[in-house]
Amino acid sequence: MSIIIDKLNYIYSTGTAYEKHALKNINLVINDGEFIGLIGHTGSGKSTLTQHLNGLMKGTSGDIYYNGENIYDKNYNMKSLRNKVGLVFQYPEHQLFETTVFKDICFGPRNQGLDELQIELRAYEAMKMVGLDNDLLDASPFELSGGQKRRVAIAGVLAMKPEVLILDEPTAGLDPKGRDEILDQIAYLHKESNITVILVSHSMEDVARYVDRLIVMNKGEIAFNDTPQKVFANYKELEAIGLAAPQVTYVMNELKIRGIPVKTTPITVEEAKEEILRVLKKGTGLEIRND
Amino acid sequence: MGIIRSENLTFEYIRRDEEGNVESINRAIDHVNIDVQKGDFVAILGHNGSGKSTLAKHINSILVPTEGTMWFKDMNTSDEDKLWDIRQSAGMVFQNPDNQIIATVVEEDVGFGPENLGVPTEDIWRRVEESLNAVGMMEYRTHSPNKLSGGQKQRVAIAGIMAMKPECIVLDEPTAMLDPNGRKEVIRTVKELNEKEKVTVILITHYMEEVISANKVFVMDEGKVVMEGTPKEIFSKVDMLKKYRLDVPQVTELAFELKRSGLSIPEGILSIKELVDAICKL
Amino acid sequence: MIRDITIGQYYPSNSILHKLDPRVKLVGTILYIVFLFFIQNYYGYIFAAVFLGLIITLSKVPVKFILRGLKAVLFLLLFMVAFNLFFTPGNEAFSFGFIRVTWEGIESAILMGLRLIFLLLGSSIMTFTTTPNQLTDGLEKLMGPLKKIKVPVHEISMMMSIALRFIPILMEETDKIMKAQMARGADFESGGLIKRAKSLIPLLVPLFVSAFRRANDLAMAMEARCYRGGEGRTKMKPLKYAGKDMLAYLILIMYVAGIIAINKYL
Repeated sequence: MSIIIDKLNYIYSTGTAYEKHALKNINLVINDGEFIGLIGHTGSGKSTLTQHLNGLMKGTSGDIYYNGENIYDKNYNMKSLRNKVGLVFQYPEHQLFETTVFKDICFGPRNQGLDELQIELRAYEAMKMVGLDNDLLDASPFELSGGQKRRVAIAGVLAMKPEVLILDEPTAGLDPKGRDEILDQIAYLHKESNITVILVSHSMEDVARYVDRLIVMNKGEIAFNDTPQKVFANYKELEAIGLAAPQVTYVMNELKIRGIPVKTTPITVEEAKEEILRVLKKGTGLEIRND
Repeated sequence: MGIIRSENLTFEYIRRDEEGNVESINRAIDHVNIDVQKGDFVAILGHNGSGKSTLAKHINSILVPTEGTMWFKDMNTSDEDKLWDIRQSAGMVFQNPDNQIIATVVEEDVGFGPENLGVPTEDIWRRVEESLNAVGMMEYRTHSPNKLSGGQKQRVAIAGIMAMKPECIVLDEPTAMLDPNGRKEVIRTVKELNEKEKVTVILITHYMEEVISANKVFVMDEGKVVMEGTPKEIFSKVDMLKKYRLDVPQVTELAFELKRSGLSIPEGILSIKELVDAICKL
Repeated sequence: MIRDITIGQYYPSNSILHKLDPRVKLVGTILYIVFLFFIQNYYGYIFAAVFLGLIITLSKVPVKFILRGLKAVLFLLLFMVAFNLFFTPGNEAFSFGFIRVTWEGIESAILMGLRLIFLLLGSSIMTFTTTPNQLTDGLEKLMGPLKKIKVPVHEISMMMSIALRFIPILMEETDKIMKAQMARGADFESGGLIKRAKSLIPLLVPLFVSAFRRANDLAMAMEARCYRGGEGRTKMKPLKYAGKDMLAYLILIMYVAGIIAINKYL
């Protein structure tokens, strides 16, 4: 059970002055239950790629296999693919339209043709998964705060019980706390339900501590595809393509250059602190308090 | 006496039902006193809903206080006769780059403000050229705004304000909808305007990295100014910032954590270099 | 499909036609169209065709590009021609079954077709050579006298130019919302009329909400930039007639005189 992308190309506005090769020969395997960060700046092709995964866009050439079946086969059921690969767009709150939160979340499962009981059960479950209180059931989605609206929109996709959940910039426009809350919730969701999660972002720092694997895109191509630690080791190359590794990566590398024998692998503040303390303790015998 | 001053500024959003009875009162700003000097680069930080944008909208009289007073260049912003003088001199850039560009050609959009002020045609052209040069968008003057990146659109919006020759620019979360490159681009532009053109800058944001360029920072929470100081002073209080739903740059947090573990590292570290230097000195 | 419609698009170039004052082009287009309907014989059509040919050459817009615009309205054109062909009474030319084609029908179909083609080409040449902003400026200036009878001329042209700015943005937004709802299983394509109309609700509600939000933001941004109506406003690009505009008016008068003369003497 996996997604295999094979030599996928996407060219739009072919033959006009605006012709653009948005995806260039993409080869990728996404395994079941993985938590992936898809990074790239605006125009790198990351959003285009995600829309190919649930069939909203069709590649100019190449194939995508979902659980071993080619989704570009004539007989392939695209509608069922959209049920299995849930896609949460950027600013998903802009798609809310129902009079109440609950009705809006029911929209997806209702389109799946489930019976009323199933629909409501799923909607309740989805609300719980994104951490929405039950007393918001009957609230108008337009009266909620930005962070809450976004949760409603994510719940709307989760209620369809996808096997793969793709979130395009789920933290855009949120404040730092709101951002951490949403990311924590997604990480929790991944752990609990074990669905495959693809987190699309332009911020390395945000996703580094959550994901198992980072896929970095640049100009329609895959630039890096590895664990965060290994990707960040190329921090100079990342900079060349307009992305930056987390600040701690720079700190660790700089320390090493200056002769302090730290490992350069830490990517979070916590890891960096441990590593620096470990080396300093050993090297200097400094009196260090641990709390 | 500063260019922007507020005294016990209070603002309430009052919601009324269909019969006009008061349904709810939401106090967005609660007795705020600020004083900003001419030429300052001030950052106002706060989480979403902390009242920072509401405060910003008082500076150029888009909103007027429910209680208390706001002065811009000694003009009371509640005084309707002064409205256009205030708006000419206190320009405002908004969050969504698409929703503040009026014209279909970059240079025509920059000319919109001066046109409204009744500036003679020749002067408009000169101002448009100066402003586009100041934000580095001259080569795009005949482009359509739709084809620009978010950061470029915001720079056009800033040029549109600069063309009105303001003394102060208020930027209401200008980077919230941009990617990291666009964010840097906008902040760099704003910083340059502050340094070269001596424009007073009020930057509203919740991105901590952007605050570093400021010479003064206000932190808002629940409609009140809860912290005030230089970026260094503000960033040395990591715990407090977290309490106000804010964040600090990773280096600052790492420095704070190391210090808490007993290393002698100075407070309020803002850059990678500072931290590395401090650790190497140990 | 929408991308194929070239009518109403601007084609950037630096031809003499592009540089003319938009008022000349507006007046010219209106005159040209009006006088198409006054033409009484084939010589007139030849004259109109030659004139149009000259204008197209002057505009430096590729003929292929112009004809692509015609393709989009081909159906309408065929319909009008067919209507005239089959439903004009007169002397029968030929018939198959119940369809009867008359000589008068053939003639009026040809004339109708020519008029429509000339009309479309003439007006698209105007939009090809004039930016939307110039067009609204031209309209504002031309309608200027209407201000005296309390027509909000400035507001109308401001609304038009704002609409022109936001149409592409809202189109993109429609596309995005549509995709987002399709990702939630929405189906915009199948079902009967009522089902389809209902399926548009998840698209239209967010679109309206967004349009209102944008309008609100824009109004605030305009006020912040001291916009307070047309009163006391100056123009960055004021319209001023130059020598070439006068020459163009002269040519227009000669064209009109030509049509009248052909009607009278040929």
